[in-house]
Amino acid sequence: MGKRMKSKGILPGFGLTIGYTLVYLSLLVLIPLSILFLQTASMTWEQFWLTVTDQRVLASFQVSFLTAFFAACMNAVFGVLVAWVLVRYHFPGKRFIDGIVDLPFALPTAVAGIALASIYSENGWIGQLFAAWGMKIAYTPVGIFVALTFIGLPFVVRTVQPVLQDWDRQVEEAAATLGASRLQTFLRVILPHLLPAILTGFALAFARALGEYGSVVFISGNMPFQTEIVPLLIMTKLEQFDYTGATAIASVMLVASFFMLLVINFFQWKTNKLDAGR
Amino acid sequence: MSIEICGISKSYGSFTALRDVQLEIPTGQLVALLGPSGSGKTTLLRLIAGLEPADSGQVFFNGEDHTHRDVRERGVGFVFQHYALFRHMDIFDNIAFGLTVRPRKQRPTKAEIKERVHSLLRLVQLEGLAHRYPSQLSGGQRQRVALARALAVEPKFLLLDEPFGALDAKVRQELRRWLRRLHEKLGLTIVFVTHDQEEALELADRVVVMNEGRVEQTGSPQEVYNNPSNPFVYSFLGRVNFFRGRIADGKVKLGEAEFAVDWASEDDNVPAVGYVRPHDVDVSRSPQYPQSVAAELIYVYNLGSVVRLELRRMDTGEIFEAEMSRRRFAELSLQSGDLLYVHLKHVAFYVGGHLIHA
Repeated sequence: MGKRMKSKGILPGFGLTIGYTLVYLSLLVLIPLSILFLQTASMTWEQFWLTVTDQRVLASFQVSFLTAFFAACMNAVFGVLVAWVLVRYHFPGKRFIDGIVDLPFALPTAVAGIALASIYSENGWIGQLFAAWGMKIAYTPVGIFVALTFIGLPFVVRTVQPVLQDWDRQVEEAAATLGASRLQTFLRVILPHLLPAILTGFALAFARALGEYGSVVFISGNMPFQTEIVPLLIMTKLEQFDYTGATAIASVMLVASFFMLLVINFFQWKTNKLDAGR
Repeated sequence: MSIEICGISKSYGSFTALRDVQLEIPTGQLVALLGPSGSGKTTLLRLIAGLEPADSGQVFFNGEDHTHRDVRERGVGFVFQHYALFRHMDIFDNIAFGLTVRPRKQRPTKAEIKERVHSLLRLVQLEGLAHRYPSQLSGGQRQRVALARALAVEPKFLLLDEPFGALDAKVRQELRRWLRRLHEKLGLTIVFVTHDQEEALELADRVVVMNEGRVEQTGSPQEVYNNPSNPFVYSFLGRVNFFRGRIADGKVKLGEAEFAVDWASEDDNVPAVGYVRPHDVDVSRSPQYPQSVAAELIYVYNLGSVVRLELRRMDTGEIFEAEMSRRRFAELSLQSGDLLYVHLKHVAFYVGGHLIHA
């Protein structure tokens, strides 16, 4: 890295581009986020601790992190499956399905929330099937899970797809000539290769799910202690003009997310190291 | 273990990769499938391994029909041109893979696997690299790991797809020798695909020359080199000059040069083609034989041990090549533009693609 920065290269402009990058990141990310901590700092430690350990706040942390985590897990499994189908097989309508994958990106999340809530409610199309079994989806944590799975769908698919596309099929054939079954080939040869991409997709889907607001509020029912997510609680605090309370919760959220991304990045770095310099 | 291929055909859409191929590979031989790209040699190899299904025909291993057996049941060792190693496993795990995926009952114990992997590492001369990853090895080392991995499952025979294709010239030379010794040591049947005629002639006990999905000729390197059965084989195995002429009265006329041949046909004045290897062209400053023809030296290529001359025949204007030793070149003290006399030895004549004996 050090060497590359020093050498001029054939395209000049390092100074200009790094300057722009720093200004850009400061204006958009660093300054707003530091204001968050500044606001929080106007509280005493005691006040801060009381705010973030409030029973209702703790319950919402639990709801948010658990549903986001399970949704990201779900997406990791089925994202790989969708990517696999899109890369490995040729079938009519393949391009259409490929396009559908990106829809959760493009759709206003509130629209998605309303649609999901009406379909998964007790008398909705899908909701009534589950209702027959005595299972409620909308207005329960399961509903939040459904919404978060929806909005996180593209991440794993889009990170795994290119890796699978570049995959050398001969490696699979090599495994087969050595007597490995199809399952063994997938689990021991292909999956380890996909793992870094799956982790990236998982991290992105998880981060996105943690911050999701629009689609969740319609389907969750927003009951304190049960289906209240952290972003909603922050909104509630803001509406009550409790700015410092809101920023206190937000900063905890920020630190927690940052830490989790750090852990995932570490795993990624570990798995990537093995593949380095092919 | 012997391999027998009976009437195998294979096509991909409108492209025919193999046309009714017949081939027998006896036990314990080192066989080269030689041909230009698109000749079907790799397809044939993949078909033997079971990586590709045949459209028609049968494959026998030791007389037993294996046509419809799965790759996993065929028990062949396959080595790919680009190694196809498992990148996330170290060398030890790569080599042990075939043993560790066996069903629990047939799987050797951990200690046995370790023993076997280490003896294979000794065989491929990579001791001490067991815990490196493929990305930390050179191309030649990776190819040897791929070989060890294939050998670990004690295959019936080894199939190598352009095994040295991705390596540089010097490493390729070394690996060829090494493979030859390995073959002598193990006595295993080995079939390898190559487009390099030198590699095939140097390494193989038997060379199978393929073109456009067909087997053109099978034989020992000497046989195919000295008695090519058709013009394709002749021109594919080494450099060649060809001269157009006509056949009449039991003689082939190539410009001013005449050659007596065994031609009993009623047809006379038929077009014939004469093939001569550059090293069978004798060059001198004065005519030595009645059939000698005059030629002008156009260009001299210095190739190290030999010198190649580019010449133009004065009678027909055809351009051809001659090769001679450095010493002979120095004796003649040749320069481009010189007028020389050439004598063509061991000319092979083909009429309509068939060899005519002199």
